Amino acid sequence: MKKDKYLKIDSSDINTPFAMDRREFLKSLGGGIIIVFSIGELSVLGGGILTKVQESSDLNAYLRVKEDGRIDCYTGKIEMGQGVITSLAQVLADELEVSLDQVDMVMGDTELCPYDAGTWGSLTTRFFDPILRAAAAEARAVLIELAAEHLKISKKQLEASEGVIYDTKNRKNQVTYAQLTKGKKILKPLSEKPPVKTPSEFKIIGKPELKADALAKVTGEAKYAGDIRLPGMLYAKILRPPAHGARLISLDASALENIEGIEVVREKDFFAVLHKSPEIAGEAINKVKAEYEVPEPKANDETIFKHLLSVASESNLVEEGGNLKEGRELSDITVEEEYLDGYVAHAPIETHTATAKFEGDKITMWVSTQTPFGTRQAISETLNMPLQNVHIKQNFLGGGFGSKNYNQQAIEAARITKLSGKPVQLVWTRGEEFFYDMFRPAAVVKINSGITNSGKITLWDYGVYFAGARGSQLFYDIPHNRTMAYGSAEGAHPFGTGAWRAPANNTNTFARESQIDIMAWKAGVDPFEFRLNNMKDERMIRVLKAAAKKFGWPPVKLPGGKGYGIACGVDAGSYVAQIAEVEVDKETGQVQVKRVVCAQDMGQVVNPQGAILQIEGCITMGLGYALTEDVKFNWGEVKTRNFNTYEITRFSWTPKIDTVLIDAQDSPPQGGGEPPIICVGGVIANAIFDATRARLFQLPMTPERILAAIHKG
Amino acid sequence: MTETIQFELNGKPMEMSLDSERTLLWVLRSDLGLTGTKYGCGASHCGACIILVNMKTVRSCMYPVWYIKGKKVITIEGLSKNGDLHPLQKAFIKHDALQCGFCTPGMIMNAYGLLHHNPQPTVREIIQGMDQNLCRCGSYNRIIDAIQTAAKEMKGGRQI
Ligand code: FES
Ligand code: FES
Repeated sequence: MKKDKYLKIDSSDINTPFAMDRREFLKSLGGGIIIVFSIGELSVLGGGILTKVQESSDLNAYLRVKEDGRIDCYTGKIEMGQGVITSLAQVLADELEVSLDQVDMVMGDTELCPYDAGTWGSLTTRFFDPILRAAAAEARAVLIELAAEHLKISKKQLEASEGVIYDTKNRKNQVTYAQLTKGKKILKPLSEKPPVKTPSEFKIIGKPELKADALAKVTGEAKYAGDIRLPGMLYAKILRPPAHGARLISLDASALENIEGIEVVREKDFFAVLHKSPEIAGEAINKVKAEYEVPEPKANDETIFKHLLSVASESNLVEEGGNLKEGRELSDITVEEEYLDGYVAHAPIETHTATAKFEGDKITMWVSTQTPFGTRQAISETLNMPLQNVHIKQNFLGGGFGSKNYNQQAIEAARITKLSGKPVQLVWTRGEEFFYDMFRPAAVVKINSGITNSGKITLWDYGVYFAGARGSQLFYDIPHNRTMAYGSAEGAHPFGTGAWRAPANNTNTFARESQIDIMAWKAGVDPFEFRLNNMKDERMIRVLKAAAKKFGWPPVKLPGGKGYGIACGVDAGSYVAQIAEVEVDKETGQVQVKRVVCAQDMGQVVNPQGAILQIEGCITMGLGYALTEDVKFNWGEVKTRNFNTYEITRFSWTPKIDTVLIDAQDSPPQGGGEPPIICVGGVIANAIFDATRARLFQLPMTPERILAAIHKG
Repeated sequence: MTETIQFELNGKPMEMSLDSERTLLWVLRSDLGLTGTKYGCGASHCGACIILVNMKTVRSCMYPVWYIKGKKVITIEGLSKNGDLHPLQKAFIKHDALQCGFCTPGMIMNAYGLLHHNPQPTVREIIQGMDQNLCRCGSYNRIIDAIQTAAKEMKGGRQI
């Protein structure tokens, strides 16, 4: 598994299609109307989404109007709680003029669904919606054409609604989609300009919808990768090293001999046990005696920042404008600060899981993965078998947040099933989940900024180390600025790091918004006014004002431990502004976040209810990285292994959350699953400062750090 | 040691012969195929594995299976009766009190236990009673609303 992905995963990482001949697959689909396209033609659709075209013979299906009138929607995206199972169905239903419950979502199945690079980066709505809408519009056009023939009426006189096409002059004269598709099989390629609706014609898009999968989830029927039960299936546990980078020296498995029903597989250092009872496999693996050589630690959770700065060997200019020297000369007050951010785990409640079986030379798997097609590729490479012999099936995910872009568990399960010849399930323990998580990288941000006495920002010299550039771009209007991103390709981190919900942006927004706040206080200007005075970006001004209005800014300040803070940022094309009220106990350093207001401009909102859920989820999750979440380690030895030492947000800390969605139905839909989390660190830091006059420069803002900052004064 | 144990599971009498030291959670999930009860931490921290034993909430990852001998066990699969959703299940749907849904069975079962012992909890009591259940997707506020709605519906009608 590759480490140091800190610079690579960004919202700009867009799908590179993988070419594969799917004609065979299309033949095997049943009847009805199937909208197909070849990837070669796709560039017409998505504003340059699909850049690299490999073959034009590759046909994909996005939807099928079945012979019973129901619709299958095929997408390589997966559902992990972000609600696309509902919002994609909405888009399809609206454009195709069917009701929402006529749509069946077929998701993440590598045999049925078109290639997809993965569900991350808040891309689903932005990039998949337009394609799906086009396909649905195409299908509607075909149906209207068929209806015109069937009813012997001109197309212009026909109208579709709820899966029925009517004669507008005589509504009794009608025909259903099912009647039209019965006994037919029509493959229709996507045309260049599919007749999609304008926003004013939407009936379902933009309406709040409850989640389509909720029923299965409240009854316990929803199937996750670990809920698959196969005849003869065994549960696997793998021998794990005490630290990353440790080398196996000796292994003694003799203690396993008296455990009934235990099976063992081994391939070099890869050692696993299997049993029909998962916990017996777990006890067995603990009985194996193994000795390891552990590499010399180079840093721990306290010294890591110094280490990172010392190994940063690569630099990237993100953007620059004006001239820093001039900016410095224009500044009456300069502020130079350094911000630190520790490693953070994804910690979805479902650990990495995979179930696998062989049938002949074909492997079928259920995997908790955000990248079913990437997993297929990895399995095919690991087991050295052709891609079409690897089938990843659809299942729900118990949370992802970026962690399940990485599929080590799937590779492990595939190897074990191959070695043992048995169907296998591998469910990582919580301890394994923490050990192998691709953490959000620890990072340092250095900022040197300046203002005039009247509160105009004149200088912005920004350097982010190891977080990545996402979210570091300026939306403040600063004449003299430079933004740099530093890192190194290998060896900086003791373990794997990767994309964590809104990668890099949490770190960058915390640092930037803290720095802005410091300057506002130095200038003696209200932090809301100070922001407005220093920006021209209309969309940002609009969300800031919306948040301030909802919150009631400026707040009426009463004596006591309360404080109020503001932060704003841009992520995945969406604009976010948040205002928080906190209460700080100055004796203990405990923070209670009372209320957070979040205003967001995410362009066209397909499912407002879903967008609000994402905002609430982001703010709730974000409190953890802001206040408590911190992975403890001594180089490759990860000490944090369960929720008792890794505190995530609980019921009792959750604030009242108010959301404002800016109405922008005319602009293209933007990301929603990540943007609202970026401001949480900064908004709380700024509110803590307001409450205590203590400035926090390191995340998480634990009670100890808050007390230390208060005492520093 | 293999022994035969009897208990009631979701209203039906059960008998199993097995090593009674085995973990309740895994017996439910693997031997009995009741996969609605989830594994999240294996150490009593998250609550994903909560079931009811004699109407008491139990973190099934922490108990040996002999613990349920002669007792009444309810899992998430036993909550709806003849296709009728329990008020808590309905309220979770109504309030959209879930995202990925992985914590949901444990949340609902814990709330079920809570309402059994305190049919009209205050918000503070709900928070206290639910605080050891973790949801990474951040559905907490909606879960509180859902529990209140269910409590209201259950007061007049259906008893648990
Ligand atoms: S799995 Fe039992 S409490 Fe987490
Ligand atoms: S809904 Fe995902 S963990 Fe609670």
